[in-house]
Amino acid sequence: MYSQGLIGADGATEETPEFLARFQARIDAEEKIEPNDAMPEGYRRTLVRQIGQHAHSEIVGMLPEGNWITRAPSLKRKAALLAKVQDEGGHGLYLYAAAETLGVSREQMTEELLSGKAKYSSIFNYPTLSWADIGVIGWLVDGAAIMNQIPLCRCSYGPYARAMIRICKEESFHQRQGYEIVMTLARGTPAQKEMAQDALNRWWWPSLMMFGPSDADSQHSDQSMRWKIKRFTNDELRQKFIDATVPQAEFLGLSVPDPELRWNEAKGGYDHGPIDWDEFWRVVKGGGQMNVDRIRDRKKAWDEGAWVREAALAHAEKRAARKAALAAE
Amino acid sequence: MAHETPLWEVFIRPRNGLSHKHVGSLHAADEVLALQAARDVYTRRGEGVSIWVVPSKAITASDPDRAAEDFEPTADKIYRHPTFYEIPDEVGHM
Repeated sequence: MYSQGLIGADGATEETPEFLARFQARIDAEEKIEPNDAMPEGYRRTLVRQIGQHAHSEIVGMLPEGNWITRAPSLKRKAALLAKVQDEGGHGLYLYAAAETLGVSREQMTEELLSGKAKYSSIFNYPTLSWADIGVIGWLVDGAAIMNQIPLCRCSYGPYARAMIRICKEESFHQRQGYEIVMTLARGTPAQKEMAQDALNRWWWPSLMMFGPSDADSQHSDQSMRWKIKRFTNDELRQKFIDATVPQAEFLGLSVPDPELRWNEAKGGYDHGPIDWDEFWRVVKGGGQMNVDRIRDRKKAWDEGAWVREAALAHAEKRAARKAALAAE
Repeated sequence: MAHETPLWEVFIRPRNGLSHKHVGSLHAADEVLALQAARDVYTRRGEGVSIWVVPSKAITASDPDRAAEDFEPTADKIYRHPTFYEIPDEVGHM
């Protein structure tokens, strides 16, 4: 996002104990780290992985919703959905730009997504079967994303934090438009209410999985918390999300598909049933219903856009050459 | 692809009377496409009335390793600030 001296340059730092202690002291003092600052290789690597995954999720996240643009039930819903999908594309671009300040190129990140080396949020490997899914995605999936993203606005890495501030401002419309769609269905005919309930049943558990593995099994959590890349653990954020969302479902007269869900007065939050982590890992590792389609569609868009990128560059070169020739006369 | 698409820094003037402010960056083949992309990516909600795009490679940045020697000496020149000077209350606001 800023002057990017780092691409292709050697950003390696000699990580003496004194250097690491100085870096940690800056983090502890809530100082932001900026692109050309010296940073431990692990910090850089963690951010490249996390921001890259986040950017890929925004881009792949356009696909399940794009599926419904031509079939939205009214012009108002179609215009809103188009604007939402355009926002997701924009969010992907802000995030790719933030990752690029760490010395990774856009081409490299795209290549890692298409080859399957880089991951994206497992939620997008579920299919969008009915119009109600578009409502529930806005409400739950964007809702969970916002819960995750608000603390990232205070992330220790400046460019990531600034991108997240922009994204959070824009995401709030996504969640509200989704909830409004679900509310319209829930207040409609019995068949429409049934559609809303069916979508909630299918998206509830995958939405809870969006916060990532339980704290006990999360391999990157501790160090990310120390570096203030993360501010809350996966389980803390998941709990906040459940506590915020269950009353919203009750308001709609819909039921959350968890027979073990109970209000726990002592902790001031809901207790919930066990999450199927085998399903989570199966989907992350490529076994979800839509993994193959998503990458195929991204690859198709990338390959079929190649001639446009090449033509734009050729045209730019031709114009630059013409300008230089004119100046030389 | 043979070359990477060049990187541009984007600056936006939120409204007349304010200066252009850096908002982010993007990739584009030339300045025409960079301006179009900047409009789509950074002004979807009335964020501005004017856009500048600058090739990232045209920016010269100060060295963060020299930040201490470059900027800290200004902190001890407190006589550059109005509060350094004592003016009796009777004189009134100055």
